[in-house]
Amino acid sequence: MNKQIKFYGGVKLDEGKMTSNEPIITAPLEPLYTVPLQQHIGAPAKAVVQKGDKVLRGQLLGEAGSFVSAPVHSPTSGTVKELSSCLGPAGAQLPAIVIESDGEDTAAEPMPVFANWQEASPDDLKARVAQAGIVGMGGAAFPTAVKLTPPPNVTIDTVILNGVECEPCLTADHRLMLEHPETIITGAKIIARILGVKQIIIAIEMNKPDALEMMTKKAEGTGVEVVGLRVLYPQGAEKQLIYTVTGRKVPSGKLPAHVGCLVTNVASAAAIADAVCLGKPLYERVTTMTGTPVVKPGNILCRVGTPYSSALALCGGVKEDPLKIISGGPMMGMSVYSLDIPIMKGTSGILLLAADEVSQYTPNACLRCGRCNDACPMEMIPGILSSTIEFHHFSLAERWHVMDCIECGCCSYVCPAGRPLVQHMRRAKAVANATRRAAEAASKK
Amino acid sequence: MIDIVMMTGTGILLGLAIGLVVRYFGVPEDPLVESLNELMPGANCGGCGLAGCSDYANAMATGRAKPGLCPVMSAEAVAKCCELLGVESDTSEPKIAVVCCSGDDNHAAKQAFYNGVNDCLNAMLVAGGAKGCTYGCLGLGSCARACPFGAIEMLPNHLAKIHADLCTGCGKCYMACPRNVIKLVPRSAAKVHVYCNSPEKATVKKNVCKAACIGCRKCARTAEEGQIVMNGFLASINYDNPPAEEIVETCPTKCLRKAE
Repeated sequence: MNKQIKFYGGVKLDEGKMTSNEPIITAPLEPLYTVPLQQHIGAPAKAVVQKGDKVLRGQLLGEAGSFVSAPVHSPTSGTVKELSSCLGPAGAQLPAIVIESDGEDTAAEPMPVFANWQEASPDDLKARVAQAGIVGMGGAAFPTAVKLTPPPNVTIDTVILNGVECEPCLTADHRLMLEHPETIITGAKIIARILGVKQIIIAIEMNKPDALEMMTKKAEGTGVEVVGLRVLYPQGAEKQLIYTVTGRKVPSGKLPAHVGCLVTNVASAAAIADAVCLGKPLYERVTTMTGTPVVKPGNILCRVGTPYSSALALCGGVKEDPLKIISGGPMMGMSVYSLDIPIMKGTSGILLLAADEVSQYTPNACLRCGRCNDACPMEMIPGILSSTIEFHHFSLAERWHVMDCIECGCCSYVCPAGRPLVQHMRRAKAVANATRRAAEAASKK
Repeated sequence: MIDIVMMTGTGILLGLAIGLVVRYFGVPEDPLVESLNELMPGANCGGCGLAGCSDYANAMATGRAKPGLCPVMSAEAVAKCCELLGVESDTSEPKIAVVCCSGDDNHAAKQAFYNGVNDCLNAMLVAGGAKGCTYGCLGLGSCARACPFGAIEMLPNHLAKIHADLCTGCGKCYMACPRNVIKLVPRSAAKVHVYCNSPEKATVKKNVCKAACIGCRKCARTAEEGQIVMNGFLASINYDNPPAEEIVETCPTKCLRKAE
């Protein structure tokens, strides 16, 4: 195909994508939906409904709490049972709205449709993206409308759609590209319209030849370029993807916008197309339910607020007791202990691992072998950093660019001493963020 | 013979040199700082807000800080400091740290098996640690490692215990705890404590911990007005007006207990 540059580091993983050939199934209605108000990075949404209110599908439940925030919408019609909290995948209690379904699934009046979005003003389209509560659906759930507002003094010339799905086991984006390619391409063109960009690239890893073929076929004559990329984890990470596709390197501490790129997930692009062309807010997504203990792993189109347990029941339950449940993929997902957690806008998959698949080891001392340095796609020194963090030298770790860490897990994956390197990085990042917030609060006083 | 002469000669010469340097280039040490330093506890805990004991002594001597900021110093030592500095003594009430949680392994539901880094903040970043309660003690001992006085013991069933006789109220543990389970309270009023930190509804709390405050208000009703205030579903002691020790009898879950 085309000549490709390779980003530094990365690892080759066993893909384990056992659901690639499973068509997307639509989940039936649930009796209860628990819709968290914080499904995104940023401030939680502010509830606009009261206990006992009747709501319709797609009706606004919570409005954006601040600039970096996203509204949430009702997944079905019914009654607001209570405003309470629910367990989130990160282990904290999240404020949530519980909707008791009336079984009729009546849709609310959809938002006005942009019949001719090619002529609509970019600001109107961007307002719609914000209104529809669209967030990055690859996992991080960063509000897309904020992403579409680049900082001043930068010009974006390339929109990259991320269909890489480099995370093992997950196939939600793969199936979406196979089953709804036109929606994705429309979404990409809407994003390009908002930003006034000509160049649109859809990047797909070559382990999905059918999706690559399908997207190439559908993209013909639309001005959208589809590229196939060699298989390497973490190619779907924003900065690595920009480098492989355009050869531009995002400097440390800068945003992709600073090198003129915008990366968004294919599922988010499809959601944007739905919001603009159908007036449909984001209240459902495709998620992969997979793992060897699952009887019939599959890709499910489920409403936001569906508990993990219902998604699992739809896949036939479990053959054996899983030892580990991961929300997301095996490399970057979050380990959870309960199936009562609701599926959110950023839940790209749920992975169950059997006892013999989970490695349980005691971490040893660093061998100074340097394999982590070779694997780190951000060209950091994870081994040395982890020792620094272990002894609480957080400011030193920050000076050594711990904030650049994308938590991809390559270092922990290759470490022969079994050291929990990413966990150390996450801690240093949490401490650095807390210090920064404290300093900001102090300067405000 | 020659070596003895050489060594003695060098010694005398160098001694003279040192003497001259001290005589002509010496910086006179402030006797005030020296005597203040002697009164310091010397643990360098940073509880005063400065970099350590000698920094605090310097700060007091130069007027950058007031005496009495040190949570560790005894009242007499503070009084002496004030006397040396010639200021009115202004002592703050000595404090003591309390771990407001009863959720050891016998009481708190264990939801998960955590085998990551042995540190509370690390555990909190992974699905909130092993215990079901998202407000309680994680039991991995970050506070115990932060305590400069060895006053915190990690019980084998994963709960931090503070030894009141060793605790100086410096607040290091309070800073180290990612869940804010540890509270600093006035030492003289620390007779009974609510050993629970969860503001959740009783139904939620009871599912994850047998010893949680269920918000039944029995204690608040029995105590005199204002001694125990309800903070949502969590009783909290008003340490300005603490209730009598007998109040602990009213608590059905025994999370209101006498100070250990």
